[in-house]
Amino acid sequence: MLPLREHTHLLGLGLFALGLAVLPFLLGNEYYLTVLIVGGLNAILTLGLCLLMGYAGQVSLGHAAFYGLAAYTSGILTATWRWPVPAGMAAGIALVLAVASLIAVPTLRLKGHYLAMGTLGFGLIVYIVFNEATALTGGPSGFTGIPKLSVAGWRPASDRDTYYLVWAAALLLFLGAQNLVRSRLGRALRAIHASETAAASLGVDTQRYKTAVFVLSAGYAAVAGVLYAHYVTFVSPGSFSFHASVQLVTMVVLGGMGSLWGAVAGALFLTVLPEALRAVEDYDILIYGALLILCMMFLPGGLAEGAERAARWVRALRRTPQEEAAP
Amino acid sequence: MSRTDRDGAFFRGEGISLRFGGVTALQDVAFAVEPGQLQAIIGPNGAGKTSLFNVITGLYPLDAGEILLDGARLTGAPTHVVARHGIVRTFQNLEIFANMTVLENVLTGEHLHGRYGALDALLRTRRFAREERRLRQQAEEALRFVGLQDVLGQPAGHLPFGSQRLLEIARALGAAPRILLLDEPAAGLNVKETEALGGLIRRIVDRGVTVLMVEHDMSLVMGISDRVLVLNYGEVIASGTPAAVQQNPAVIAAYLGEE
Repeated sequence: MLPLREHTHLLGLGLFALGLAVLPFLLGNEYYLTVLIVGGLNAILTLGLCLLMGYAGQVSLGHAAFYGLAAYTSGILTATWRWPVPAGMAAGIALVLAVASLIAVPTLRLKGHYLAMGTLGFGLIVYIVFNEATALTGGPSGFTGIPKLSVAGWRPASDRDTYYLVWAAALLLFLGAQNLVRSRLGRALRAIHASETAAASLGVDTQRYKTAVFVLSAGYAAVAGVLYAHYVTFVSPGSFSFHASVQLVTMVVLGGMGSLWGAVAGALFLTVLPEALRAVEDYDILIYGALLILCMMFLPGGLAEGAERAARWVRALRRTPQEEAAP
Repeated sequence: MSRTDRDGAFFRGEGISLRFGGVTALQDVAFAVEPGQLQAIIGPNGAGKTSLFNVITGLYPLDAGEILLDGARLTGAPTHVVARHGIVRTFQNLEIFANMTVLENVLTGEHLHGRYGALDALLRTRRFAREERRLRQQAEEALRFVGLQDVLGQPAGHLPFGSQRLLEIARALGAAPRILLLDEPAAGLNVKETEALGGLIRRIVDRGVTVLMVEHDMSLVMGISDRVLVLNYGEVIASGTPAAVQQNPAVIAAYLGEE
């Protein structure tokens, strides 16, 4: 049973990858590609946040800060200090991992709302630094002149290349998250979510696991951050504000808390939706809000649950005509 | 302490005291358990029985006293370290992992016995596959042992109450404990279920697991226990065989008065 399951999970991911691979050929407009690149970055962010929130049950309202910290670090190192891009990216990720490890210790002693408040505070502090350390970050008007991504002589020549790069990273991180989740480590995380006391009583070092998943989750945000910086070549504090953190949480919740597929679906849905609603300008915010409310009312388990229900419904539909046909 | 020399006992506590502000939950409590024994802990509500479990498992820091297992000092050890020493518990108010299946609950119980790390999981190594297969077999065995083999794939939260109690025991057995602490395992069970539970607990003891059991159901306690420890207002008022405890005037006065 176990090896079979293994194959189905890989198959699902493979089909998704195939779909992503052919998608650019079906899209007429280059602009759609840029939307999907942002969707891919958001998917990386929500995958990490899903590990933390959906699996381990720890809320973070400061995840955009990790995203921004990595983006700014790599941007400043490569633009101001002329570091090679891969070195800047590695440094950006390393710094985020270090910062996350540092703040994990005091923060994860907090629970529930207090943990949310703690991470919110962290996010606000980082946001203020982006705004106020003008000499370093360019302040509120942003930081320009970040070099385009290039690794070992290769650089994405078009948006299509960037699209493939971002989604390759997203799929790799998806696979990693999936393998981690479906192991004793993932079970330990879900146990912490359900009952920290019971998890500890069975020998789970809850503090260590919470720290590890917090740092890992920040690491996912950092990968998205450095890819973002060298794709857009410009960063400004607005992209990493409290609002951005809330947006990420919304994506995870809308997708379905305990599901990696849900996290990706939530990221894609909430990236594409505002673009689709451009057509009905002025009313877009209203429709956006109404859609969120409806989703939460009728699909409390998120898009993942919605897909599951739809699948069951289709199966039931297919069965009925056959039964009727039978004498 | 009739035949056991308390200083040499396998698992023991001495002078355990626990206070919450001005309230004394435990006062100078001592206990001693021999390997393979089933010791019940009884006492009126608020006597400190669950507090004693919480102190043993490191959920509450004790104010004074020592807890020793096989000569090793467990006093003040954090909960997950206590589990590493082979002391595993169940909970009076069920702490089932409702977000998992029945099987996954028991697999989580085996947390300490999975011999692979994050890298094995990430790369799906052969060791990962082998260990997962072994853990799964053991989990199925534990579920068969308590009689839940037919509901492996069900969400644990959907099980009826009595089955959730059994699942907690199976999950604890997954950890292959040397000492199993059962906190009111019969609470909320009907007469028939309680009887079956008594048989199950005895079979656990027969496997060589030492059991400490907090319980209110007197017929269960007197029927299956090797020894009984009686607490009242956080103090030990009697300890001995079920028969001896039932005769003890202090116990009769405090607790079994009506019998």
